[in-house]
Amino acid sequence: MRDVAVVGVGMTKFGEIWEKSFRDLYVEAALAAIDDAGVDRLDSMHIGCMTSGLFVGQEHVGSLMADYLGQKNLAASRVESACASGGLAFRQAFIEVASGMSDIVMAGGVEKMTDIGSDGATYALAAAADQEYEVFHGATFPGLYALMAVAHMEKYGTTREMLSAVSVKNHHNGAMNPFAQYPFEVTKEQVESSVMVASPLRILDCSPITDGGAAVILTTVDIAKKLGKPIIKVIGSGHATDMIALHSRDDITTIKATMVAAEQAFKMAGKTIKDIDFAEVHDCFTIAEIIVMESLGLYEPGKAGEAVLKGETGLEGSFPINTSGGLKSKGHPVGATGVAQMVEVVKQLRGEAENGRQLKNNPKTALTQNMGGSGGSTLVHILEVA
Amino acid sequence: MVGIVGYGAHMPRHRIKVEEIAKVWGADAPSYKKGLMLREKSVPPPDMDTITLSVEAAKNALKRAGNIDPADIGAIYIGSESHPYAVKPSGTVVAEALGATPDIHCADYEFACKAGSEAMFVCLGLVKSGYIKYGLAIGGDTSQGAPSDALEYSAAAGAAAFIMGTDNLIAEIQETHSFMTDTPDFWRREHEFYPQHAGRFTGEPAYFRTTMGAADAILKKSGMKPRDFAYAVFHQPNGKFPMRVGKMLGFTKEQIEPGWLSPTLGNTYSGASPMGLTSTLDIAKPGDMILMVSYGSGAGSDAFIWKVTDRIDEVRDKAVRTRKLLDENLTYVDYGTYAKFRHKILKNE
Amino acid sequence: MFPSRIWRDSKHRYRLEAGKCTKCGKIVFPYRLICPECGHREFEKVILPDTGKLMTYSVIRVAPSQFTDQAPYAVGIAELENGVKLLAQITDCDVEKIKVGMEIRIEFRRIQTDSHQGVLSYGYKFVPKWY
Repeated sequence: MRDVAVVGVGMTKFGEIWEKSFRDLYVEAALAAIDDAGVDRLDSMHIGCMTSGLFVGQEHVGSLMADYLGQKNLAASRVESACASGGLAFRQAFIEVASGMSDIVMAGGVEKMTDIGSDGATYALAAAADQEYEVFHGATFPGLYALMAVAHMEKYGTTREMLSAVSVKNHHNGAMNPFAQYPFEVTKEQVESSVMVASPLRILDCSPITDGGAAVILTTVDIAKKLGKPIIKVIGSGHATDMIALHSRDDITTIKATMVAAEQAFKMAGKTIKDIDFAEVHDCFTIAEIIVMESLGLYEPGKAGEAVLKGETGLEGSFPINTSGGLKSKGHPVGATGVAQMVEVVKQLRGEAENGRQLKNNPKTALTQNMGGSGGSTLVHILEVA
Repeated sequence: MVGIVGYGAHMPRHRIKVEEIAKVWGADAPSYKKGLMLREKSVPPPDMDTITLSVEAAKNALKRAGNIDPADIGAIYIGSESHPYAVKPSGTVVAEALGATPDIHCADYEFACKAGSEAMFVCLGLVKSGYIKYGLAIGGDTSQGAPSDALEYSAAAGAAAFIMGTDNLIAEIQETHSFMTDTPDFWRREHEFYPQHAGRFTGEPAYFRTTMGAADAILKKSGMKPRDFAYAVFHQPNGKFPMRVGKMLGFTKEQIEPGWLSPTLGNTYSGASPMGLTSTLDIAKPGDMILMVSYGSGAGSDAFIWKVTDRIDEVRDKAVRTRKLLDENLTYVDYGTYAKFRHKILKNE
Repeated sequence: MFPSRIWRDSKHRYRLEAGKCTKCGKIVFPYRLICPECGHREFEKVILPDTGKLMTYSVIRVAPSQFTDQAPYAVGIAELENGVKLLAQITDCDVEKIKVGMEIRIEFRRIQTDSHQGVLSYGYKFVPKWY
């Protein structure tokens, strides 16, 4: 395997971007990544996109985006793993460069979620769950995470206050991110009086409906050196699935796919969680961040909530999580999310994070965790400054 | 001998009080309660319909029937005026849910409030002829009364199911008689949501004349007198009619009361007298004779004389008793919830 | 919902038909072609028990359009007496009084109504076991 580096990153502003179409969002992010990398060609492109067919009636995303990116006849394809589609696109690009098959590969992600009513968006997102044995019965996505939350609360005594602390922290970070959809602070009181969506989860426990695109460029370390960019190496990659329906799993207070994917990534990197400086994780709901912290091995089961309350995962904490604002504040254009996590960790590792959210002490090693559905799939990556 | 092998009922837990309906329409609740002898009625939630009520009633009947193989049920007939589909059978869903498909005969019956007893009559006949081993007869409804109409106070939901067979009987059929004339006292035309009725014409020339006609004939046929019966069950469009017709025939209040569900259940249409029979069987003793007379507008009555067997003592508590469903675990809804449940609110679809 | 989807799964949804692996005894609901525990490919038909205990639940207040008539409604995962877990709505209950560990019974209910015109979907729901 060849050593692989991320040399360019780009993303659109996340939000309800009424004036920009599905293709506009992707191309804008892709051009930003190309400009950032300074590359003059692409060998191939993997696009993470969950369900453009349901959101905008568009499939055949590889052809469309290569076309509008001006990349005639480019080997371009769309990959899908629900909300982990972006992470999967990154892994596909990583494998392709590492294998020697291609030298310069774009991993992008995009979702245009607001060209449809909220009912349509709910329906589209629910396609990530078991359509026949979960969605059929009226389970919504917040509902499925709520089932995990109640189980976690029952088993470990996790509290409302701990969930709120995740939202408050991520909004605090997101307030410093110029690309975030909701760049403002929220208080514990605001979270706890916000509209109930699926008990115990309130609207401020949930990531929003978002339009956005993100792209990164992966290449060999040798080419990266010639480009003169900071070398951010991809040193670990893991990918695992789990039973799609929550009720089929032995334990819904952990995410097995995350545990397995993390194990793979750590093994490849030759590292443990103790070697990681910070992480971007998939906080589609506040409870998800808590469970993921435990599934990554960062905290013992049942201990993560307390750590968030103590500020251990804040910008100044011992292990900052979601410096970007996470899905909660930055926004969650599902297919783009896994790639946008890469944009944030690369910025942090380069020392380029905007508006005072740059981590002090020159972080060297970062982890990203991106998951699909209620944890039916997970991508974990570890990046390091060379 | 032919008769009932298993019986069961089901109904919603939701109720609405006469006062709650009267309040909305500015009607005088005490006079309605007195006039109809009815205090409240059952309201089906949005996830209940004639099919779901039928399945649960039938499951209770199967529990009381003991170890019969659902595949041995040769026919399922559901009588209702609220089949969920205008075209597509209810019976096939019930048959599938019970595991009685595919070697079975299904039909949905409709004869206003008499469709359930019609199903019972046909099942008895098919079992007696030897065409089928067991027949499942169900009467059930989630009936609708037009807002502000007198029927709105009574139109209710519930179902009863009976498995008819030849062995292990709970009650043997002794005699039947049916009485029909063309009497347009109550009807609903195709594509109409609510039924229409002919006011006081539904009483004396319709309900009373027909019920009495069937009852008198079956008593004559059997040579029995009201005092020979432990119990009598009549169709109960409200609380008042069954008590009155019973007295006119010479039955006492005590004979009628066990099967008199309408004061707190309302009129479950095709389920009404069949459900009354289930609650009567719940307390009957071996050897008791029971008269049942249904009534369906249009109009007709089916009358049955049942003789309870020794097996009743073994099976009555193998499934929930009808009175328990009527009296316990209730939840009262306001008119807004009732209107939502019964699709009386215009929405964007 | 297109009728074939409802029709195909009706034996699971209507009468809780499950498969029991003839090698390791794992019960799969709904049917699968291969046992997730041991990889065996033969199953015998079993009917799931109709009672169990609630393991977790949520009260859905923001509901998809086909469920708005029922909102607020609860969904939960129950473990049945034979250890099989399944997700369903919890109906006929006061949503504020639901508790983890509560005993439930399975009832046959209407699950979805596809507008005024479409085919009706039936299946299982949980109700609190009160008798």
